Amino acid sequence: MKDDKELQKKLHPAMLEGDHSFASVTDKISDVTLKKRTPFHWFIGFGLAFMVAQLLLFSVMWLLANGIGVWGNNQPVGWAFDIINFVWWIGIGHAGTLISAILLLLNQKWRTSINRFAEAMTLFAVACAAMFPLLHTGRPWLAAYWLFPYPNTMGIWPNFRSPLIWDVFAVSTYATVSALFWYVGLIPDLATLRDRAKNKYFKFVYAALSWGWRGSARHCHRYEITYLILAGLSTPLVLSVHSIVSFDFSVSQVPGWHATIFPPYFVAGAVFAGFAMVLILCIPLRKWYRMQDFITHQHLIYMAKVMLATGLIVVYGYAMEAFFGWYSASQYEVFMVKNRIWEGPYWWSYWMLIFCNGISIQFLWFKRFRESEFWLFVISVIVSVGMWLERFVIIVTSLHRDFLPSSWAMYSPRVWDWTMFIGTIGFFFTLIYLFVRFVPIISIFEVRTLLPEANVHGHQQDFEENVNEVEYTYDRTDPPND
Amino acid sequence: MAQFFNKSANNIARISMVAAAVLAGVGGFAFTQFSRSSYLTGRYVEKQQPVQFSHKHHVGDDGIDCRYCHQTVETTATAGMPSTQTCMNCHSQLWADSPYLEPVRASFRDNKPIEWERVHDLPEYTYFNHSIHVAKGVGCSTCHGQIDNMPAVFQENTLQMEWCIACHRAPEKFIRPKKEIFNMAWQDGDLDEKERKQLKDDLKIRSKEMMTSCSTCHR
Repeated sequence: MKDDKELQKKLHPAMLEGDHSFASVTDKISDVTLKKRTPFHWFIGFGLAFMVAQLLLFSVMWLLANGIGVWGNNQPVGWAFDIINFVWWIGIGHAGTLISAILLLLNQKWRTSINRFAEAMTLFAVACAAMFPLLHTGRPWLAAYWLFPYPNTMGIWPNFRSPLIWDVFAVSTYATVSALFWYVGLIPDLATLRDRAKNKYFKFVYAALSWGWRGSARHCHRYEITYLILAGLSTPLVLSVHSIVSFDFSVSQVPGWHATIFPPYFVAGAVFAGFAMVLILCIPLRKWYRMQDFITHQHLIYMAKVMLATGLIVVYGYAMEAFFGWYSASQYEVFMVKNRIWEGPYWWSYWMLIFCNGISIQFLWFKRFRESEFWLFVISVIVSVGMWLERFVIIVTSLHRDFLPSSWAMYSPRVWDWTMFIGTIGFFFTLIYLFVRFVPIISIFEVRTLLPEANVHGHQQDFEENVNEVEYTYDRTDPPND
Repeated sequence: MAQFFNKSANNIARISMVAAAVLAGVGGFAFTQFSRSSYLTGRYVEKQQPVQFSHKHHVGDDGIDCRYCHQTVETTATAGMPSTQTCMNCHSQLWADSPYLEPVRASFRDNKPIEWERVHDLPEYTYFNHSIHVAKGVGCSTCHGQIDNMPAVFQENTLQMEWCIACHRAPEKFIRPKKEIFNMAWQDGDLDEKERKQLKDDLKIRSKEMMTSCSTCHR
């Protein structure tokens, strides 16, 4: 009997630990937002992040005052940090959408405790990402007519055959759907906060945002339909957004960019980077806010497995890139591969990338590392660095050796490249800290559905185990003489 | 739990949803109109010049040819502004004592050009050449309007790119025979469509692809 239980636990690991009831779940999560005292570590973290965010403000100001000449971009490396950072950030967002949409449709219950902040992470990452293509135009106030098709006074449209315009649509759709998805998912929890808030102003704001949600059957019914529709809309976005980002490169003919593996390899890389970021955020969060009951070890293990799987796809991508270079029999492609891996001046970036994305994740095969928060955190940080390096390698090593040796040049970032990149990290964490302070970081009402009392009908196993009870209920609810 | 807002909030919510959509539409439309308004383009705005020079009088009443003053219009990028000596060809005799013409005489005496206010000011990033337009059948009035009716000259068209490119896409709708270039009274309907198509071939106007290539105007 005891063995049975252990086997059950192994087959159906708990996604909710501790002894919880509906009320205790609600208390625990909503108290983070509503409880009077904000923890001291929040102020330290927020303060630090906010200070770093000022670096962004200053860098943007400097950029607008002086133009993009303050960056290290040159010819032939016309795309550098601006696009590296854009792709890096937008990739990070993908885990949020995957968790919220695809895992929802696949009925993966474990998503419920991490989807809220994973989606918030998506939104904030997209905000950071969107800054770069706008600012790399140098005059973002004019970017509207460069990017969006509207009846402008020039009588021309953006070039619809360019992947750059597809990118505009992909990213703006992504931002809109992610924001909607996040907000719709928040409504029942905002209503909970409204009901519990003591402060008059907070109550007003939460009430306005929760649209009069009462949790009636009709509300829930409509809510679920809306949520499923949005999940259906987001699902293709997980694949399409980064595919289109990869078209920015692969549609061109630059050796090192022009490869058919790019879309799937970019999508896998995005999910890979995204899960690394989710782990970076949730390992400290669950500790600081004592949410280990809701974000269990099992969650971390699942995320580690997703990271390992997507990471292996990415490594396959690296192998294929090299193979394509050789198989193309084009001297430019072959040169690019050699130059990237060992002959060129940026060989070190390639090997750092292989270490970060290829070697470090191999440790995730071992239970010891998967189950250690510390190692998971370290590997996630390494993977985040690795995914940044991946874009550096793709962009800089492909561009710095142009077709004509007379156009060859070296690229090195300047101070303003770095300050702007680091500034967006500060901005990202500022938003994360605000989110943690004002919004329930875990979906209260969805976690409540993980409790046994929410599943009154039971699963198949329960049914088999408790046949008598079920029959008894059947007799009571369906009297034969009616 | 009692509702926080009273029932009217439902209506406010509904109205604000409709209002947001309407406002976005109206705002978008207003933006497209404002960006073409004479407030931004300077269209129809009469410029005050240092001399009260009337094109209506000189062109309309006196019938002076455009090229008498704008001498280089057929040969160079700029149409050319007349030197004070050109004015003095007549005004050393006519109205020689008129107080209105004192700035002209002062300019002549001091050998200092009159500083006319530019009416048609194209941005520096556009390459524009008068001579090619004149050579290919674009009349003065096509772009500048009926100057012979303007006491003070104003900009007849927006000079926005959509206006330029409308003609570059379909020049046959706007061109006229070369002998009519300086005719202020010419109307687009004076030739029928077939004749204008023929004229386009005769004048050897380049293909639409060439005419609308970025570097035709942005070099």
